[in-house]
Amino acid sequence: MSTVARSSWLRDLVHKPFFWGLIAILALLFLNVLKDPNYLAVTVNPVNGNLVGNLVDILRASAPILMVAVGMSLVIATGGIDLSVGSVMAVSGAVAMVFMKNAGQSDSIGVALGAIGLALLVSAILGVVNGVLVAYVGLQPFISTLIMMLAGRGIAKVITEGQNTSASNEPFRWIANGFLLGLPVVFLFAILIVAIVGFVVRRSALGLMIEAIGINPKASRMAGIRPSGLLLTVYILSAVLAGVAGIMSVGTVMTVDVSRTGYQIELDAILAVVIGGTSLSGGKFSIGGAVVGALLIATLDKTVVFLGISSSATPAFKAIVIVVLCLLQSERVRSWFVQRRKPPQVQLDQKPVPSKQEVAA
Amino acid sequence: MSEALPIVEMRDISIEFPGVKALDGVDFRLFQGEVHALMGENGAGKSTLIKALTGVYKIDAGSIVIAGQARQFHGTGDAQSAGISTVYQEVNLVTNLSIGENVMLGHEVRSAFGVNWRATHKAATEALARLGLEELDTHQQLSTLSIAMQQLVAISRAMAIQAKVLILDEPTSSLDAAEVEGLFRVIRSLRDQGVAILFVSHFLDQIYAISDRVTILRNGRYEGEYPIRELDRHALISKMIGKDLSALSSLGGNRRVDQRDYAAEAPLLAAKGLGRRGSIEPTDLDIHHGEVVGFAGLLGSGRTELARLLYGADRADEGEVTLHGKRVDLKNPADGLGRRIAFSTENRRDEGIIADLTVRENMILALQAERGWSRPIPRKEQDELVEKYITALNVRPADPNRLIRNLSGGNQQKVLLGRWLATKPELLILDEPTRGIDVGAKAEIQEAVAELAEDGVSVVFISSELEEVVRLSERIVVLKDHQKIGEIVNGPGVTAQEVVDVIAAHGVEAAAQSGIIDAEEGLHANSAANTNGHPLDLTEEHS
Repeated sequence: MSTVARSSWLRDLVHKPFFWGLIAILALLFLNVLKDPNYLAVTVNPVNGNLVGNLVDILRASAPILMVAVGMSLVIATGGIDLSVGSVMAVSGAVAMVFMKNAGQSDSIGVALGAIGLALLVSAILGVVNGVLVAYVGLQPFISTLIMMLAGRGIAKVITEGQNTSASNEPFRWIANGFLLGLPVVFLFAILIVAIVGFVVRRSALGLMIEAIGINPKASRMAGIRPSGLLLTVYILSAVLAGVAGIMSVGTVMTVDVSRTGYQIELDAILAVVIGGTSLSGGKFSIGGAVVGALLIATLDKTVVFLGISSSATPAFKAIVIVVLCLLQSERVRSWFVQRRKPPQVQLDQKPVPSKQEVAA
Repeated sequence: MSEALPIVEMRDISIEFPGVKALDGVDFRLFQGEVHALMGENGAGKSTLIKALTGVYKIDAGSIVIAGQARQFHGTGDAQSAGISTVYQEVNLVTNLSIGENVMLGHEVRSAFGVNWRATHKAATEALARLGLEELDTHQQLSTLSIAMQQLVAISRAMAIQAKVLILDEPTSSLDAAEVEGLFRVIRSLRDQGVAILFVSHFLDQIYAISDRVTILRNGRYEGEYPIRELDRHALISKMIGKDLSALSSLGGNRRVDQRDYAAEAPLLAAKGLGRRGSIEPTDLDIHHGEVVGFAGLLGSGRTELARLLYGADRADEGEVTLHGKRVDLKNPADGLGRRIAFSTENRRDEGIIADLTVRENMILALQAERGWSRPIPRKEQDELVEKYITALNVRPADPNRLIRNLSGGNQQKVLLGRWLATKPELLILDEPTRGIDVGAKAEIQEAVAELAEDGVSVVFISSELEEVVRLSERIVVLKDHQKIGEIVNGPGVTAQEVVDVIAAHGVEAAAQSGIIDAEEGLHANSAANTNGHPLDLTEEHS
């Protein structure tokens, strides 16, 4: 790659809204390296050839957040919000576990697929309820999904009869804990699903229409877009992705804990979306940004544990990191640093920030 | 005009945005006690110059001297403290605060224990009295006032900071004739008090009625400064658009020549008893192939409401619409669009553009919506389509990847027109397509309408400017008070006056029927219609 090409590539990267998210991930990893110089080491397990290391753990842990964050970014782009994703995860996990438990302790792939199919179907139904409340009844997204957030945990408890439910099924466990080509299967799945969603959204006109609705719902309607169907689609997609996250999440320990599975993940997902540069007021969205945001949340969670920050101080530490990040993303705060008034339009000729060569490397 | 020192002197002002030179070496002078008009087409740089003077934009080159002192503005606060105050087109007031609070917002009279409301309201009353509005109760909520009164409150708010320079950006665009006269009284009294007033409007008659001098901009450049008496309308417009007006003038009257036997042919669209409670009484209406039908009537007469029912923007609660002889149910805009009906709204900002999307995305949106999300328009096809309409409608700048919010109003309107044309409509409804845009763009849009009709597209043309309706339409549907009161087949003898007469006569009849024999209502409607219809009529004057 020529230097010119590289510098323009770098310039593009610096102007991505999620650039500071990437920087934050690097900074957190650096913090961990300070504590343990071998933190980044990835080794190959001589027995089965799988990669082992903290980075691999982070990738694995990021999978459920990735799923939820991608769905959330589409919902937020329409100007809505989905608070029910954590509860949908619990319901999905509960359905899968109870199904496998009732199917007996078999290791058949059929049972695993049945559990997954049923879990996703139930998740989709919850998404339909959200979508109908928002798109056809006209309730505010915040209220509609808040109802589902509360109701979801109740539904999960009914399904499991209030018990933590365990089951064993090797193929199902493999999704969450297995390795393929040395990498965790769960992460590969997550990336594959994100890629498919991203491809469909950007290659079809779905992305354009979602953005149009999010920016100006009235004008979009006048342009002939039927918002109801689109909104329904988006809420169903968000719920199904949350269902996938639920399967990944319960698969790790093969137990569903209806009060803990997916607990408060909606907040992590919203943060991931915001870090990725999608405005909470709707409109333009970035799936790549949501991926970066989700990876950052996962890195942050692992760092908190690794640094041995006491569990009572954990939320405060997360809050500090995120506030700093949001400040860095703010145009206004950055202009204080740049010490230069800008015209109110997009700057095309901004110099690439120096000393970020390591990012390109 | 005395050759005293100007209170504002801007010299050689240049402002550059990425890719565009918005202002290039512009001079501007403003004297105390004058009303100075700033003229130019959309995109000529009027708004940019105002924003440079109010400190919104930082100038890249040139100097600003206020009352003999060179100034560098680093924000609107700097400009305000230099005595420059602005009232924008959209009234920037808080409608759920009281009148007094709005006038004094940010300048409340303070005492040791916080705001002294009694003194604040007293100061507000004084500020309002300066404009002859002392009878207003300052404790009343602002939203109870009409838009025109809110505009005056906005001016008194601007004057509350002892402004020496008052900028009025399109203050009259949503006012009726009587309200404009009221506003002008206020402007004249402020001028006589020594305030320097910068006035921007697209209505030529208003410019001639109120201003003393005029500065003309074109394409970001300074075209000259003239006493208004020394510049006739023809010269003014030629300087604004930089070309002759023959193209515009030749358009007039063409449409009304070909007479058709409407009874003999089946209409494209027929509405029977179409109505919606509270917005339009049941209405019968036929629209034929390749015909331009004008809807004439005052603001609030029901012309927009009727058009919205034809598109499905609102749902009719009675009556029926047949299209090609088949009954159709238009429940929402998508239904209208799917039946090759397109509707360009009068409310460009709220119902037209998607501000944060590009010109290209805005232009293909309706076509894409009609195809559905799963069948994206291939990028190559998009580019060809957008290129075609950018060229055909002369959209400037011709950059499909620019955000539409960064285009001037007239060019946004052209992009929206392109959006509807891209759907290849059989019936195109244009609600006020030329409002608030400049002469050049207006002529281009009128030409486009005439051409469309030649190509067999039926057009419903709605405008407050009656002359424009008369010039373009083959038939004119006259509306008043939420009902259709008549239909005029256009012909050589028909003028705007005839339309006005229909509206006026209807008022008298109605009054007579209800027993109140009084022609006053009719006369009032007459005068209002006259003023609504007059701006920028070129054909009548120069042909």
